[in-house]
Amino acid sequence: MSTEAIADKELNLQGEVCPYTFVKSKLALEIMQPGQVLRVIVDNDESAANVPRSMQNEGHNILGVTKLNNKDWQIVVQKS
Amino acid sequence: MAAGTSAKLANLRAPITELNFSEEEIRRYSRHIVLPEVGGIGQKQINRASVLVVGAGGLGSPVAFYLAAAGVGTIGIVDNDVVDISNLQRQILHTTADVGRKKVQSARETLLALNPNLTIVPHDVRLNAGNIVDILRDYDVVAEGSDNFPTKFLVNDACVMTDTPLSMAGIFRFSGQILTVVPHAGPCYRCLIPQPPPAGAIPSCQEAGVLGAMAGAVGVIQATEVLKLILGKGQVLQGRLLLFEALQMRFEPIEVKRNPECPVCSETPSITELIDYDIACEMQPPTESSEY
Repeated sequence: MSTEAIADKELNLQGEVCPYTFVKSKLALEIMQPGQVLRVIVDNDESAANVPRSMQNEGHNILGVTKLNNKDWQIVVQKS
Repeated sequence: MAAGTSAKLANLRAPITELNFSEEEIRRYSRHIVLPEVGGIGQKQINRASVLVVGAGGLGSPVAFYLAAAGVGTIGIVDNDVVDISNLQRQILHTTADVGRKKVQSARETLLALNPNLTIVPHDVRLNAGNIVDILRDYDVVAEGSDNFPTKFLVNDACVMTDTPLSMAGIFRFSGQILTVVPHAGPCYRCLIPQPPPAGAIPSCQEAGVLGAMAGAVGVIQATEVLKLILGKGQVLQGRLLLFEALQMRFEPIEVKRNPECPVCSETPSITELIDYDIACEMQPPTESSEY
């Protein structure tokens, strides 16, 4: 099963930069239920590295980090 | 001891199901939101809280400043005094251009310049037994920073009687003291000092002096305590009097227990009505309500 198929919510953060990619991802996840999956789209390498790390530091599960094209990344995180 | 319980605090921590911050708010409060102990939910709790700051002077200045920076949605400021040049050594809400102006107006302008999203309510009054309960009704938490014992005892008693959590502090020369009162969950001010000292027994800051930075050091601790009360995180100074001696740079918490015979917060209080000690004890009224 692809990670896109199991996402409960998608957050498009193209155009956003660190730390706000993490801040907005965190806000989205905060009102989701444990076990639910959030798919985040970012368009810079720094966010692609920092958002998953920060999410893991908060105890959430990173299901996948995938490069979609020459600039966009997909981060799939499951709320713990 | 965990942050205490109170009906007003319980209301503050009612469930939040939506985190609809503006872009500006997300950026303004981002350093709070990323904290695991705060997050978006905690920031919303801060935003919907209302705090009364008693005294727009030395202690009230940093308290109000940091609560405004944090985004406390409604901040009431109580002070009936005007800015004096001698205040500016420590009362950082005010500037030289404000000398002669009402402190509550000066404070309001300064706080809104820092954070225009807030409601700042000026209470240009001296608190007394006749007005304090009505004023307290609109607030979840009180930060007390007056410079006189009549006001400290009045605020303590009114907060106990209205179940309003309270941060109390005082500064003197190079010393500071901070106590957090969660009524009926921990000791109140009168558990520590049952009655005001006799008039003239304790010199005022006018007479004894105070290092200006003490106001900042102690006031910011008060602001921290208020935010912890709102968030329900960490351990507040409930049952602990924090002593700060700046010359030695020493912090020492002193355990304070509830007095089972406390005149205000015990099961059988002997004081059930608010007292204006200026009148009852014929004490000299303080020359400035926020000399701290």
